[in-house]
Amino acid sequence: MDHKHGSSMASNSSGSDRQRVAQQRLRIIAGHLQRPVDVDSTIRAAECKAQGTETHVEEKTVPKRRQEIMKWNGWGYSDTKFLFNKKGQAEFTGKRYKLSGMIIPALKEWMEGTFGTNMQHKSPATPILTSGAVQPPTLNEAFVEELTSTGIPFSLDAEDRVFRAHGHCLHEIFALREGKVGRVPDLVVWPNCHNDVVKIVELACKHGVCLIPYGGGTSVSSGLECPPEETRSIVSLDTSQMNRILWIDEKNLTAHMEAGIVGQDLERLLNESGYCTGHEPDSMEFSSLGGWVATRASGMKKNIYGNIEDLVVHVRMVTPQGVIEKSCQGPRMSIGPDIHHFILGSEGTLGVVTEVTMKIRPVPEYQKYGSVVFPSFEQGVACLREVAKQRCAPASIRLMDNEQFKFGHALKPQVSSMFTSFLDGLKTFYITKFKGFEPNSLCVATLLFEGGREKVLQHEKQVYDIAAKFGGLAAGEDNGQRGYMLTFVIAYLRDLGMDYYVIGESFETSVPWDRVLDICRNVKARITRECKDKGVQFAPLSSCRVTQTYDAGACVYFYFAFNYRGLSDPVHVYDEVEHAAREEILANGGSLSHHHGVGKLRKEWMREAVSNVGMGMLKSVKDYVDPNNIFGNRNLL
Amino acid sequence: MASGAVYSHRDPMLKKRDDFEDILEERRNSSDLRYALRCYTPLFYKGVAPCKPSMLKSMVLQSDQLHYVINQVSKETGRETGVVQDEASAILEEMAHTLQLSTVRFFAFTLSKVFKSLFRSICVNEEGIQRLQQAIREHPVVLLPSHRSYMDFLLMSYLLYTYDLTLPVIAAGMDFMGMKFVGEMLRMSGAFFIRRSFGGDKLYWAVFSEYVKTMLKNGFAPVEFFLEGTRSRTSKSLTPKLGLLNIAMDPFLKGQVFDVNVVPVSISYERILEETLYARELLGIPKPKESTSGLFKARKVLSEDYGSIHVYFGQPVSVRSLAEGRVDRCQFNLVPRHIPSRADEDIHSFVNDSAYKLVRAQEENMVLKPWVLLASLLLQNQAAGQKQGVALDELTAQAVWLRDLSRQYGAFLHWPDQMSPSEVVSSSLSLHRGLVRICEGKVQLAVEQEGAPVGPGEPRSTVTPEEKLLSQAVIVLSCASYRNQALHVFLRPALLASAIHAASSNQKQEVFNGFSFLRNMFSNEFILCPGATVQDFEEACYLLVKTGALQVTEQEVLVTEGGHRTLAFLISMLDPFLQGYQVVCRFLCEEATESLTEKQFIPAVRKFIIKHLLAGRLRHAEVLSSDLQKNSLAAFLRLGAVQRIKGVDQGTLKVNTVMVNSLEDTLGGKLPTQKAVAARL
Repeated sequence: MDHKHGSSMASNSSGSDRQRVAQQRLRIIAGHLQRPVDVDSTIRAAECKAQGTETHVEEKTVPKRRQEIMKWNGWGYSDTKFLFNKKGQAEFTGKRYKLSGMIIPALKEWMEGTFGTNMQHKSPATPILTSGAVQPPTLNEAFVEELTSTGIPFSLDAEDRVFRAHGHCLHEIFALREGKVGRVPDLVVWPNCHNDVVKIVELACKHGVCLIPYGGGTSVSSGLECPPEETRSIVSLDTSQMNRILWIDEKNLTAHMEAGIVGQDLERLLNESGYCTGHEPDSMEFSSLGGWVATRASGMKKNIYGNIEDLVVHVRMVTPQGVIEKSCQGPRMSIGPDIHHFILGSEGTLGVVTEVTMKIRPVPEYQKYGSVVFPSFEQGVACLREVAKQRCAPASIRLMDNEQFKFGHALKPQVSSMFTSFLDGLKTFYITKFKGFEPNSLCVATLLFEGGREKVLQHEKQVYDIAAKFGGLAAGEDNGQRGYMLTFVIAYLRDLGMDYYVIGESFETSVPWDRVLDICRNVKARITRECKDKGVQFAPLSSCRVTQTYDAGACVYFYFAFNYRGLSDPVHVYDEVEHAAREEILANGGSLSHHHGVGKLRKEWMREAVSNVGMGMLKSVKDYVDPNNIFGNRNLL
Repeated sequence: MASGAVYSHRDPMLKKRDDFEDILEERRNSSDLRYALRCYTPLFYKGVAPCKPSMLKSMVLQSDQLHYVINQVSKETGRETGVVQDEASAILEEMAHTLQLSTVRFFAFTLSKVFKSLFRSICVNEEGIQRLQQAIREHPVVLLPSHRSYMDFLLMSYLLYTYDLTLPVIAAGMDFMGMKFVGEMLRMSGAFFIRRSFGGDKLYWAVFSEYVKTMLKNGFAPVEFFLEGTRSRTSKSLTPKLGLLNIAMDPFLKGQVFDVNVVPVSISYERILEETLYARELLGIPKPKESTSGLFKARKVLSEDYGSIHVYFGQPVSVRSLAEGRVDRCQFNLVPRHIPSRADEDIHSFVNDSAYKLVRAQEENMVLKPWVLLASLLLQNQAAGQKQGVALDELTAQAVWLRDLSRQYGAFLHWPDQMSPSEVVSSSLSLHRGLVRICEGKVQLAVEQEGAPVGPGEPRSTVTPEEKLLSQAVIVLSCASYRNQALHVFLRPALLASAIHAASSNQKQEVFNGFSFLRNMFSNEFILCPGATVQDFEEACYLLVKTGALQVTEQEVLVTEGGHRTLAFLISMLDPFLQGYQVVCRFLCEEATESLTEKQFIPAVRKFIIKHLLAGRLRHAEVLSSDLQKNSLAAFLRLGAVQRIKGVDQGTLKVNTVMVNSLEDTLGGKLPTQKAVAARL
């Protein structure tokens, strides 16, 4: 699953827009403000004794009862989805996104052409969860009793528990759509601050309860799945209410936050003070700071701001052995192996990240999108490699292959005027007829520049000059912006696909430059071959893009979806194909994961990925920190 | 395209094979000129247009791989990179093909004429062509024809041209280059030339491997080479040479292409053009160096009838499926791929196993003619000492029996069922009348011919006994080359039959030990897939049980009443080889001196054998074959019974007499196999 990127992020194309953008953001937030009514008697309001005030309470994006604003069996907000309206046209509902409320005329034809779907053949989801589907909670009475006495709010409600039993892997969502629920947490607890977490962990250790930390719930590694073999009571520790910015230090350009804050709130609140972190994973609407740390997240604009490991200055984590943190906030230290690296990527197996100090930057003066069309994917990759070599990558640079280029076109909203449509036609004519680009092999790179206005323009020229050397043609800001929009709507689109017998997902890897083309070709071919071998009736969508550049390599995303009509066990087929694709990635020199993490989905390859000794090191840390496996989600190891 | 399709052990009767079409038929009915000039529009790999030879050369010279090696060589030798670069470029000039359609059209015209006069028909399985066409479109393709004649590669290009397929580029030995004009003609029809040996020459290897890989990676054209390395003079498949296959698999193993498809092609000749030439060569009568004039002398060949050719394009084998679960491709992740590296043990064994499988696939699709069965029977009769030959109807009856047996063993036998058996037999005999003599209704090999009709005017002394023996041996070896075509069908059952024959009891374990010993002993002689002893044993048991010759229980192996005939036939099939290896043992023990070099080995052992043959101590003139002698030496070296001493004299042979003795005894059934096996350890 793709990580989604901020709702309003897609529209702030220039500095002068910032005011408008902030307004829009506030509007969106206002939409989230309906605070849940405390219907559940077990939820108790309790004031946290930690620092900070209650003034921000109204601005919480994520309520305890997430299901009130989000889908319980699909991606994102309940009010936002793709559907085919009565006229048979695709439409994106809601008001939250730029595309919201628009008609997308080409989508139907693209789906029919790409997957062989048919509007008559629907595979709708089960609308509501039947209460019988959920196992009654297995409770540790002594734990519940002591927890109650602390006053920390918790819930035994089935909906609350089901919501925290999954991430967004295909098999997880598919099962929910069929109304099937496996092992779910027995209790959900909402600590309000670091000290609450300390108490909960102490109680869990004392009574032998299994804890699974829950942040934004956007995991795509089966990381949130409850191990079916777990016999202890499972408690989901939802950090969503620990969402305050505790302080901002303008001298050192750092900010200290509670780890439950989600990306969009963090950026919004910092923006109010004129700052940003610049960390924008595609999932930032929903994913949380603690989750980023625990999975080694990567942001779209890492070329300017860095990935999460570059941004973190200080981390506080509660473990069964106590609290781990460094004694100062020095910018770099030589004090043995960096203990942050035990925490970064620990995937909830060692403890709960409660507070983080991060670098911040002033909000950039100017932003500009851009795009370049290349005659072939090979030339596009060569261009990205050159850009990386000259270390002049824009805030974001992504190269989509031909299939995604076409997909992007299918997502163009209805044009408002004859003139725009005429211009589009002219552009297509220029590129394919005049410049001789082959429509079935050309591909597009999308760009995002950020910084001072002068510098951005200079930078832009430099990048376009390089692109020209590789046959690239500048293709305008709109194409670029739409490319980034694609990133967040694609997850909503999966739900639409699933209504029409199409299932799919994306996965990623990182790979040295000289293998980028080989891995793209081979993995795509492998997916197509495996689908054929496994009896998939229609050729699958097998597509990729290069989403990040580094000095020594790149991050590659693969998208894969197919029409499963005629298959008795589509999810199994899907899993097998994804497994084969991962084998192919590894055989071609790709990594097990660039930023999605290992979870339980990719655990089987951990040993070969880090060697026996490496595995032993990680195990021994786990054994010391958490000898009784209180943090028992069984990810990673 | 699954790996399992390469060849399978289960019931060979069930093997499905395609039908043949005769391509000469159309040539006889329409203009050769129009055919040679017709529109040629093959479909290329993923629509890639073929690359001009000059462009290919510059791609090779500019590759990272070659640059790396050039710098390395320059550092090691102290020569400037420019000089080394020029050397590389010269190597490439010497090597590269200059394929041009006009030359191909010229060959299309002339070969049409030649083929029509030499052969009755050239039969091709068109379904195989269709599979090949699809493979060429989807993947880089490697063509692996069997190699029995000079004709092979011209024939292959001719066929691909005929069927409008992308013309292959062909790895040819440098010896062709000796024929000046012809060499260049061949180059222009797609041959590229490689030196026979360039062991330590890093630069040569780099240029060569990069040249082949560039063609494959980009899918410019199918790459064709001979797995057996050289023409088989005996019609037995030769154990595969791995160099080129290694190179051809490398782009897949290193992820540079999604897959490579390897297509084994079996070319079987009813009569081999080089028939007696090969026999003479095996007997040490030196072969003329390839020369253009020599080729023209071969013109007299044109007036003869060489029967038909069958070309079977096998199932394309996906290298990816072969490697599935065998090779961990991650091993290439830690070193840049343009740096040449020694193949690891597991890659080596993977390529080796694949090569054997592919040669087996060639064998399996070789069409056998009835004459092959007759040759087997006549040789056996001759060795059994039937001086008078065998009655024609008796031979026919034997042939029918053998026909049925070989079919049950899965042979790809083309026996014209619409003709009566006696017609089949007599037409086969007449095509090969140079090798057989029919006298008073009795058939025998034409071995006595040379000696008998000595006219009264000629002095008897002109023919020494040795010359007489050699001229007989020419006939025997020619004949054996036809029998050898069927060897792969009978080999596994024959090894089992011989093991049963040698065993002192019916114990399955003992028989298995014997089987395993023989299989090991003969693994340079025949195509026996490494590590497949148990499989081969089971296959042999299965076939013999199926045909009612054997009963196999948990513990025992029992020959049935009716099985003796089959077993006797099978044992006789293997007998010349057993005797050959024994006599080489004898030689090594009795005559090998301290200073015997590898070079002297063949002449010395030949002298020894001639002596014994003349003395009547050996049954099979076949043991004079230098091929058999070389293979046996290779086996003894492999088993450590003989060692190569690298001293002043290159390759002196040191014989472990105790071990050789024990091997000889075991081969002769005088020792239980366990002991010989132990001796090896």
